[in-house]
Amino acid sequence: MRTAFVDTLVQLAKEDERVVLLTGDLGFMALEPFRDAYPSRFVNVGVAEQNLIGIATGLADAGFTPFCYSIATFASMRGFEFFRNGAAWHNLPVRLVGMGGGFEYGSAGVTHHGVEDLGAMRLLPPVTVIAPADAEQTPPLVRYAQSRRGPVYLRLGKNDRRRVPGLEGAFEPDRISITRQGASGLVLATGSVAAEAAESVEGLSLSGLSCSFGVVASLAPAPVDHLRELLAAHPWVATVEAHVPAGGLGSLVAEVLAEQGAATPLLRCCVDDPFASEELGDEAFLHELHGLSATALERRLASFVESLA
Amino acid sequence: MPGSSRDLGTPRARTRDRLLARRIRSLVIEHSYRAHVGHIGSSLSVAEILGALYGSVVHGQPTDPARDRVILSKGHAALGLFAALTLTGRLEPDELDTFCRPGSRLGVHPDPGVPGVDFGTGSLGHGLSIGTGAALAARMQNRSSRVFVVLSDAELNEGAVWEAAQFAAHHRLGNLVAIVDLNGQQAFGYTSEVLSIPDVGGAFTAFGWDVVQADGHDEEGLSRVFDVEGAPGSPRVVLAKTVFGRGVSFMERQLKWHYLPLEEEQYHVAMQELQPS
Repeated sequence: MRTAFVDTLVQLAKEDERVVLLTGDLGFMALEPFRDAYPSRFVNVGVAEQNLIGIATGLADAGFTPFCYSIATFASMRGFEFFRNGAAWHNLPVRLVGMGGGFEYGSAGVTHHGVEDLGAMRLLPPVTVIAPADAEQTPPLVRYAQSRRGPVYLRLGKNDRRRVPGLEGAFEPDRISITRQGASGLVLATGSVAAEAAESVEGLSLSGLSCSFGVVASLAPAPVDHLRELLAAHPWVATVEAHVPAGGLGSLVAEVLAEQGAATPLLRCCVDDPFASEELGDEAFLHELHGLSATALERRLASFVESLA
Repeated sequence: MPGSSRDLGTPRARTRDRLLARRIRSLVIEHSYRAHVGHIGSSLSVAEILGALYGSVVHGQPTDPARDRVILSKGHAALGLFAALTLTGRLEPDELDTFCRPGSRLGVHPDPGVPGVDFGTGSLGHGLSIGTGAALAARMQNRSSRVFVVLSDAELNEGAVWEAAQFAAHHRLGNLVAIVDLNGQQAFGYTSEVLSIPDVGGAFTAFGWDVVQADGHDEEGLSRVFDVEGAPGSPRVVLAKTVFGRGVSFMERQLKWHYLPLEEEQYHVAMQELQPS
C-alpha cells in the first residue's frame, strides 16, 4: 500500500497544486518519488508530530491540502489534540496518513502497534476515517481522501503485494465492497488484516459454510444503509480488524445493530488487549497471537457458528 | 494556488492617531463584569500588544485571503481580542454585547466563527505551530503577508512551542512574529516559581530567532517593533514585559484575577481608574 500511496500522491500532485506532503521524519525509501518530483511541496518537519499537525493546519487554512505522514500510532495519537482543535474544529482539509496500522511494525513493539487509531479518529465527527484493505484499493481511497472537504485520517499498510481476492480496487463511498456472496453469515473486515479474513472465509466454504465477505474501507462516514441491508440478509455477522474493541469496525456494527434493535448475533474478532502479552514477533505471529490469522479466524468463526446452533 | 495578490485594506487610517489600549481595557472590564466571568488580568496585560497589532500593524480585512494573520495563542485573553476587533471595526459592537451570553459566538476563548478571529484557540501551546504553518504557506504562495502569534510566558512550558520554534528558525520564516506576554503570572503562581526559564531571550536566540525586548505597555513602541521585519530570514520574537492586571490597581500582579469575576463596587473602581486622564 505504501508504494501505491506514494505513486497516487505524485499523480494527484500533478493534477492538484494544493497537494503538499509533510512527514515527521519518516518514509525513508518510500517518499522519495514525491520529494524528487515536487521538492518545493515536500517538507520534513522533523520528529515533531504535534508541530506536523499544527503546521498542516496553517497550510490548510491558506488553501493547501497537506498530507501528513507518520507511523499510525504517532500520526493518530501524539498530536490528537492539535488535530481536534485545529483541522477538526476548523474543518480544514488536513489528511493524516497513519502508516502500518495494526501489527505491521510487528517486532518494533507496542509503541508501533497502531491498534487504537481508527477509534481515536472516529471520536471526531468531522473526520473522514478510511483504511484500504490492499494496494489495489489504495489509489481510489487516496483520491477519495483528497476529494473530502474536511479532515481525513487514512490508515495504510506497508505491504504492497498481498491482495484481497476479488476486491480489485473496488471502493464506493457509502458502500461495503462485497467480494463474496454466501447465505450462512456475513464477515466484514477493514484494513490490511482483511486478507486474512478473506482467506478464512474461503477456508470455511470448503467445509460447507458459505459466507458473504465484505471490506469496509470507510468507517466515517460509515456505509450505514448498506450495512443494514446486509445485516437483514444474513443470520449472523462477524467483524475482523487489527484494532481494539472500542471504536473500530466491530464497534460500528454493534452500534448499528443496537440502534435498530436487531438481535443478529455478532462476533468481534479484534485485538482485545494490546498490552496483555510480552511476546513480540512479525505481523503474522502477532495476528496468530491475537486470533487474527486466517487459520485462527477460521477456527473462531466455525466455533461461533457452532455456538449459535 | 489561490491568489497571491495583496489587498492592504487596513484600519490604520481610521485608528492611527488614537491609541487603543485604554479603551480595550474599559471594554474588558465592562463586558467581564456584565458576563460575570474571570480571566480579566490576562486580557489587561495584552491591551497594548493587541492595540498595536490591530491599531496600526495588521494588514487586510478579515475576509481577505492575503491578510496578515493574528493568532491569540493565549486564548484566555479572548475578551481583549474581541475588544480590539470591535474598536477597529472588525467585530460589531452589538455582537460584543453578547459576550458569554447563551447562544453567543463570543466565549472566554476565541471561536474561529467570530469575525476577525483567524484561528480558534484555548489550549496553550498550539498557536505557534499553526502560525508557523501559516507563515510557511504565505512564503509558498509568494504572499508578503505576515503572521503574529501572541503567547503567554506560562505557555512556554508547553513543549510544542519549541517544536515550532525550531522549525520556524530552521526554515527561516522571517514573516513570523511571536509576541510573548511576559506578565510573570501563571495559573497557580508566578512563572518564576512554577517553571521558570531564567533567560527566555537566550532560549529563543539559541533556537535561531531574532529576539527583541520591549516594554509591553508602550503601544506606540510596540507598533514600531511589530512594523519592522526581523533580521533577514529569521523569525522574530518580541519579549513584551508586562504587568498582569495592568491598569486596574487592585488587580495588578494579583493571581486571583486570573479567576475572579468583578463585583459591583470593584467594577466602579476599575472603570474610574480607566477614565482618560
